[in-house]
Amino acid sequence: MSNHLKDLKLKIWRQSGPAAKGHFEDHIMPEISDEASFLEMLDVLNEGLIGENKLPVVFDHDCREGICGTCSLMINGQAHGPERSTATCQLHMRKFKSGDEIVIEPWRASAFPIIKDLMVDRSAFDRIIESGGFISANTGGAPDANLIPIPKSVADAAMDSAQCIGCGACVAACPNGAANLFTAAKIAHLNLLPQGQAERYKRTEAMVETMDEYFGSCTNHGECEAACPKEISIDVIALMNKDYRKSKLKNRKEISRS
Amino acid sequence: MTITLNSKIPAGSINDKWNTYKEDAKLVAPGNKRKFKVIVVGSGLAGASAAATMAELGYQVDVFTFHDSPRRAHSIAAQGGINAAKNYQGDGDSVHRLFYDTIKGGDFRSREANVHRLAEVSVNIIDQMVSQGVPFAREYGGMLDNRSFGGAQVSRTFYARGQTGQQLLLGAYQQLARQIGLGNVRMFNRTELVDVVTIEGRCAGIVTRDLVNGEVVSHSAHAVVMATGGYGNVFYLSTNAMACNVTAAWRAHRNGATFANPCYTQIHPTCIPQSDPTQSKLTLMSESLRNDGRVWVPQNPDETRPASQVPEAERDYILERLYPSYGNLAPRDISSRAAKRSVDSGRGVGPLKNGVYLDFSDAINRLGKDVVEERYGNLFEMYERIAGENPYDMPMRIYPASHYTMGGLWVDYELMTNIPGLYAAGEANFSDHGANRLGASALMQGLADGYFVLPYTIGNYLAPMLNKPIPGTDHPAFKAAELAAQARYQGYVDIKGTRSPDYFHREVGRIIWDYCGMERTQQGLEKALSELPALYEEFQKDLRVTGDTESMNQTLEKAGRVDDFFQLGMLMCRDALEREESCGGHFRAEYQTDEGEATRDDEKFAHVAAWEWTGDPTKSIRHKEELNFEAIHLATRSYK
Amino acid sequence: MAQAVMKRGPVSGTAVERVARKRKPFLIDLYGTAVGKKYVMAITGIGLLGFVFFHMIGNLKMYMGQSDLNQYAHFLEKLLYPILPEKAMLWIFRGGLLAMAVLHIHAAYSLTVLNKQARPVKYQSDRDYQVASFASRTMRYSGVIVLLFIIWHLLDLTFGAGAINTYVGTKDAEGLKDVYGAVAFSLERVPVAIFYVLANIALGTHLFHGVWSLFQSLGWNNPRFNKWRRAVATAFASIIVVGNVSFPIAVLAGVVG
Repeated sequence: MSNHLKDLKLKIWRQSGPAAKGHFEDHIMPEISDEASFLEMLDVLNEGLIGENKLPVVFDHDCREGICGTCSLMINGQAHGPERSTATCQLHMRKFKSGDEIVIEPWRASAFPIIKDLMVDRSAFDRIIESGGFISANTGGAPDANLIPIPKSVADAAMDSAQCIGCGACVAACPNGAANLFTAAKIAHLNLLPQGQAERYKRTEAMVETMDEYFGSCTNHGECEAACPKEISIDVIALMNKDYRKSKLKNRKEISRS
Repeated sequence: MTITLNSKIPAGSINDKWNTYKEDAKLVAPGNKRKFKVIVVGSGLAGASAAATMAELGYQVDVFTFHDSPRRAHSIAAQGGINAAKNYQGDGDSVHRLFYDTIKGGDFRSREANVHRLAEVSVNIIDQMVSQGVPFAREYGGMLDNRSFGGAQVSRTFYARGQTGQQLLLGAYQQLARQIGLGNVRMFNRTELVDVVTIEGRCAGIVTRDLVNGEVVSHSAHAVVMATGGYGNVFYLSTNAMACNVTAAWRAHRNGATFANPCYTQIHPTCIPQSDPTQSKLTLMSESLRNDGRVWVPQNPDETRPASQVPEAERDYILERLYPSYGNLAPRDISSRAAKRSVDSGRGVGPLKNGVYLDFSDAINRLGKDVVEERYGNLFEMYERIAGENPYDMPMRIYPASHYTMGGLWVDYELMTNIPGLYAAGEANFSDHGANRLGASALMQGLADGYFVLPYTIGNYLAPMLNKPIPGTDHPAFKAAELAAQARYQGYVDIKGTRSPDYFHREVGRIIWDYCGMERTQQGLEKALSELPALYEEFQKDLRVTGDTESMNQTLEKAGRVDDFFQLGMLMCRDALEREESCGGHFRAEYQTDEGEATRDDEKFAHVAAWEWTGDPTKSIRHKEELNFEAIHLATRSYK
Repeated sequence: MAQAVMKRGPVSGTAVERVARKRKPFLIDLYGTAVGKKYVMAITGIGLLGFVFFHMIGNLKMYMGQSDLNQYAHFLEKLLYPILPEKAMLWIFRGGLLAMAVLHIHAAYSLTVLNKQARPVKYQSDRDYQVASFASRTMRYSGVIVLLFIIWHLLDLTFGAGAINTYVGTKDAEGLKDVYGAVAFSLERVPVAIFYVLANIALGTHLFHGVWSLFQSLGWNNPRFNKWRRAVATAFASIIVVGNVSFPIAVLAGVVG
């Protein structure tokens, strides 16, 4: 049955714009139901701030069922907060205790500039996908869907990595601000499937090099895997590394043929 | 403006109409396509697929989304699957059968020609998505797997675990991303449509507001596609995402596009009930749970014992009692209403007494915990994460919630609204689902519209406009719309009242849910129509938006959306009031059989109600498009 | 690294430039990206691992007595002699090791700079690491300690520079260089022995993360052996640390010397 948490001390990062200097702002949440989700707790806070004629805290959120990847937040030093394999929107207040101090920060990376308060711009992820995270198959003229059988194990492995919701927790959690897990998940999804073979090495080279323009490098801490709300394994990073090495030779051969 | 609703259905037999149309449609030569600019608003399944395909063809495409990335659109949250008449299982499926099931599921309130086309192109969708790398579930032999879904007697639903919507959206997003990378699409993110501009009777473009810096800008184009989703968030608590809204469609409506069948909204029976008053949205649990779960409430409204201690004799298995043949698998609307009546009678369960039990203890005793876990493990986990209770030990609590809206902008066979040059695709239009949508059909419709319908039909409109100038954004109509939009948003800030937009959203949602939700009555609707204008007036006087219009201001965004929900809400109630029959998701308590089944009135209401904006949503004008059933005979749905 | 500056307005044509990009020679091209630099770190790492391993094995000769160790040192100097002049092969090895160390350090340095740029503003609150081990988070420190130790170690025992180790150069009874005596001379000094032990523990943590990490960096990933990667890393690092640390302890305990 529902209980109420009392006197939560919130320390929330406020920043008026990308170039502005930010600071922590302290708030007290006198009472909140433990059934409330973390974002609903922030909704209540914001409602109160509007009541006091103050600016509500800006944060990204949308589906609130853990699939759209819009929500973010570094909660007490953990991306998406203390519950594993859970995005912030599905984190519930029952994970906290009365009197807890909760520190909330935005994702921090030079590729994710802060727009306002806790909201960051994750467009760099889109740039990576635009550079090669697709299979070039124009609409119309696709062959029958069952023409190429795909072993169940392959389809399952592709699906494991295709689950990525693009939230950016991997970058936020990585001590180096690297996006290897995000990039590798998409590369693994497409490179494992037979349909993805034609562009396999072109895709890998392009995506890795676009990633390189924005993000740090992987030093195999494994923090990304621990933070990932979809529990995508860092095994995909190894696959990406292997394909990147091969791409450097295969793409040259291909060019020499043209 | 006089409204003519010409559905432009091609002549010929139902099987030939789409082919006939494609053969007769005017074409734009490949080299000329780049002379045309098309605006796509929304980047969900319908928007992303339409934009990508039109860009592949060579049109200049501008795409707008209010999200940070096109991949966030709410199509992503669909769980179950996507229907297609592939007949891979050899169980007798066919295009005609899918067509028939969809019309019947929609309670005979959809347009035959559109639905048949949807069934025809459904097979292409699967081919297309597989070639784009969507990892659909496979059998061990490597062939695609199918599951069955409500309203069908064949297995025709393709799925990717419980995340079919996500995988399809990411597929369409990837195609869009490719075109952005190639320079064929210009992508505007965090940019919201705030007005639609019509000049000399045709849609000339849109006005947008940059959510990051508040800049209001005009965009002119040869054609505009609205792929902006549904309006289920009018209920406040729904399974829609927080940002889902009606604003784009509503602005089109205010500029002359008729809004069709707003009262057709679908309620999903198995959602997790609201757990505390601050809750902002509801989460849907797959309907498949009802295969093994039993729905019950205690007979005594004052029951305080935990579920497991309530003796068998004091439980009321409502669905098994009321619908003995279908039992716990009774259709969505019937089960939803049964749950609502139990809760209304004070027998609801849970701390807020707002749900019914969905009990798996019998299934666990009969099949063993392992089998139940194998079938529903991920759903049980999801339930536990949200509700904090372990469904293996105590029954789940469920309650119906709004999750899809069949109504939307009226469109003809070409998906064009009654404003030339303005198209609507996906959930934003009204065309394919009639009064009720079948499971796994929303994804199908979004992709059908975007990949296989719009790219053909839009050429038919654009071809005659070749080399003719279109009004630019310096046209006075654009300037006027920009000023109006700026004034509108400044206006919200200037009210300086006492209540937040969320407060008004909750209030308007409560009224709509109570009177225009699962069960509607004349009395209730009239009450809603008297309460809504009063509340709307309060909104206009007592709204408080802090901050300014020149920077990221989520309260301001919300204010604009709630404003439009008010107006839509009034129209919904009008529509529900005037439709004096029960059909699909629209259930009027006055029109039901003794067993509580919906009673249609085909004599008087076998038509689409398309509403014309007059400036006051309570005084909109109702137009009719008669529905002619040539291939199918009208029949009564029966679940006995 | 491109700083993502927030510009408003449409995005388009983001992937076009790459197609026209000029290609550099293969290895330089590969080294141009972070993933490529990790390859270099992993490959040079393997070379250095080999050295560390055989260095430790060779030094175990210490326990067989003065003559054995000195003979072994002499053998190394005469490797491939008389095909090559005396010490030539030794210098080729040294050159190779130096090149690997330089590349390893350069890659590490440039990646560190890149990673600092990737998060110019640190988290303002405490991070709560979930799985990142002490070893992985201290690689750059343990690396620096190992580097300083190597410099000291070379000056101490290889070159016997000036006052650091006055014993170096002394011959034994057989007329060979008394490496055994030099080691004993050095490690009998307690501060040196302590430094030696600490540096080898740093080396151990560096090796532990390095060995497990190189599987990932080189893309050697297979469900069949993935579960062994941590065990291999632990075993390798332990063997090196136990072997190396035994030397100063043996000297101080009087077993050697």
